[in-house]
Amino acid sequence: MSAKPSAKPVVSRPLSPFMLGQYYRFQISSLLSITHRITGVGLAIGTLFIAIWVMSAVAGPDAYARFAWFARSPIGLLLLLGWSWALMFHLCNGIRHLVWDAGYAFEKKSVDAGGLIVVAASVVLTVAVWLVAYLVPSA
Amino acid sequence: MSLRSPLSQARGLGSAKDGVHHWWMQRLTAIALIPLSLWFAFSIARYHVADYNTMILWLHNPYVAVALVLFFIASFYHAALGVQVVIEDYVASEWLKISSIVLVKLALFALAAASVFAVLKVAFGA
Repeated sequence: MSAKPSAKPVVSRPLSPFMLGQYYRFQISSLLSITHRITGVGLAIGTLFIAIWVMSAVAGPDAYARFAWFARSPIGLLLLLGWSWALMFHLCNGIRHLVWDAGYAFEKKSVDAGGLIVVAASVVLTVAVWLVAYLVPSA
Repeated sequence: MSLRSPLSQARGLGSAKDGVHHWWMQRLTAIALIPLSLWFAFSIARYHVADYNTMILWLHNPYVAVALVLFFIASFYHAALGVQVVIEDYVASEWLKISSIVLVKLALFALAAASVFAVLKVAFGA
């Protein structure tokens, strides 16, 4: 067998430094980029728990009651609040990515402005979701 | 010296030619998830305190059941694509990279199947 090309790098080439830290000047895009990834992974884990919530309803009243108890506890509420903000942030920043995919808003000014809009919108949407959910009476 | 031709050595090492499909499905599920996530976040905020009967009644609504099925399929698919890229970027060891991607994908698709089954069981049940 011949040596497999590119299986192992012959020389260890330097990697470019991580986008946040001492090597680059701070910019909102790099912060939001890593936040997008962190919220993405967090949401994958969070959605797992919410899927369990739906499955607990199938398992019967007792299983559901145990989940509901946790969802109403301070830790459960905090996790839900964090999950909803992460979802709203990933949603808003995802739309920002879709705008870039369509070929718009690549100017430095619009990239920075878009980042600030995303942060503001994620907070506003999170508050709005919880306000509407609690204030609007059920039919 | 190898008797294999340069072409045979190069085959299989390059692009698997499904990068565009990955990219496209990530965008497609993202667009689907814009309305679905807003609705789902609102529903969770509203129903996380609901008692058992309210919850079952909610799941009996056909619109809710269909929207939940769509949300679970789109979000677990989107998560599988996204987590794959994160693993590819940060896990250097080849065998660890491949095995964790396989594990995450199988787990997420199993979860999607289980949650869709759960929604349908309640929706069709008494």
